[in-house]
Amino acid sequence: MSTARPRRSPSGYGRLTPLWFLAPAVLALLVIGIYPTLFAAVTSLRRYNLTRSRDGFPFVGLDNYQQVLSDPTFWETLGRTAKFFLCVMPFEIALGLGIALLLHQPGLGGLRALARVSLVVPLATTYAVVGLLGRLIFNRDFGIANSFIGLFGLPSFDWLGNSAGAFAAICVMDVWQWTPFCALIFLSGLSMVPVEIEEAARLETASKIALLRNVQLPYLLPGLTAMLILRSADVLKLFDVVFTMTRGGPGAATELISVYIQRVGFRVFDLGTASAQALLLLIITIILARVYIRFFYREIE
Amino acid sequence: MPRIGRLLHGAGLLAVFAVTIFPFYWMVSSSFKTQTDLLASPPVWLFTPTLANYADVFADQKVVGAIVNSLVVAVFSTGLAVVLGTPAAFALARYEFRGKSDLWFWFISNRFISPIVLALPIYLVAQNIGLLDTHLVLILVYITFILPIVVWICTDQFRSIPRDLEEAARLEGASQFDIFWRIYLPLGVPGIAVSAIFGFIFSWNELLYALVLTRRAVQTAPVVATSFMSGYELPWGKIMATGTVIVLPVTIFALLVSRHMVRGLTMGATK
Repeated sequence: MSTARPRRSPSGYGRLTPLWFLAPAVLALLVIGIYPTLFAAVTSLRRYNLTRSRDGFPFVGLDNYQQVLSDPTFWETLGRTAKFFLCVMPFEIALGLGIALLLHQPGLGGLRALARVSLVVPLATTYAVVGLLGRLIFNRDFGIANSFIGLFGLPSFDWLGNSAGAFAAICVMDVWQWTPFCALIFLSGLSMVPVEIEEAARLETASKIALLRNVQLPYLLPGLTAMLILRSADVLKLFDVVFTMTRGGPGAATELISVYIQRVGFRVFDLGTASAQALLLLIITIILARVYIRFFYREIE
Repeated sequence: MPRIGRLLHGAGLLAVFAVTIFPFYWMVSSSFKTQTDLLASPPVWLFTPTLANYADVFADQKVVGAIVNSLVVAVFSTGLAVVLGTPAAFALARYEFRGKSDLWFWFISNRFISPIVLALPIYLVAQNIGLLDTHLVLILVYITFILPIVVWICTDQFRSIPRDLEEAARLEGASQFDIFWRIYLPLGVPGIAVSAIFGFIFSWNELLYALVLTRRAVQTAPVVATSFMSGYELPWGKIMATGTVIVLPVTIFALLVSRHMVRGLTMGATK
């Protein structure tokens, strides 16, 4: 009696076939992503200050974590990052929704196409260059921002030399760059509304607000959730624009979390503390990613 | 009423266009101004354009070298990510296996990782093995954010390829690799191209890793652009000309994939 098992399943591939196709990508991410993360985990348990390397890099247990968690500056920068998020999101959502509704409205095809295409430009603009532009636009002596507020009779203002001004300036640049993202997500939500339902609703009510609330809103909500999660992850990552525009200053007025960790790690060279901060940030990010995935990829399971 | 509505609609659309484009316009127009025009207060809108800033930029070995570095890093990191990512996308699109959804999530979650989290340990590792300030270290690091995009977009694309083609090929004795190589890759070209363009844009625009992991030899374009921002009187014309040179290629690429922009940035939460 032969018990020879078929080498291949009826669908024509062996149990290990997927492995061969997946191995290169998985190995690459393991080596480049996970290995350094483990290295950072070990570093975060050491005193690892490059400016004091003569002392060696002794293990200090969880001291770095304890120090970070009791460091008021760390919490201040996290709080400032949250404040930044809360300042820019209402504008990005409201303006984004307005733009999406303008673009969704029938008629004026050419102009609509032009406006829609222009939205891609801020999204692709190199963040570091956005920061440089910000420095030019908000320059105290010859910036266009001052001539703009001058139109309303306001005196010139030293935007970047002033805590509130610098914070407002990085918010403005962020709103400029990311409102298109929200607009495009809302627009794709609006285009999911079945045409017959929208037509019927338009016949029934002349009120745009009723249309928005009763017909279009359900199609906009998933996009809104995606926006909130992705933008919060992006704000935690935000570095380039702030670094080029203000270096986190004046004082610490615009020092967001990524800028702060970069300063501790690469301008103070306290890598042990910075690693502990980075890992705490990683934990926040993983939670965000899990939430995002739970919301949007359920259908795969 | 409809007439007023149309007028408002048009005005609104024009305002959107104007505000969206303005900073870009301001950068390009500033790049053609002389230092005197740049420092004029209030800013001038009409001026005699000069090409001197561009002559300055292209005569500066540092800028030209940085653009070449950016190009090398973007091309190779994107190429490598496509080579590694397309087979993985094929496996995720076509096979059933245990742990598939976990693996998928792991790929996607790389979208969320902040560069500063990886920059520190990679700096330490690269320093230990002598990879600091090389093209290779940037090419490898950039894979961490390009690969997830390639995997995501290509899995989606491969799923839309009809199974009948594969069945026919299998009856003729094609191996799994043949099926991937002869059917999925050629038919998946549109998705691969879109993901490659995204990879190029993200890699070209990256600042933090490049800032931390390179010194003199391999500075990329964004790093050099930020390096102008020191000293008392800034060469604004040259800075804006450099900015224009950096931003122009990615803007063109972005316009090419504008229809896919949202999908690329959200990793598919919205269609």
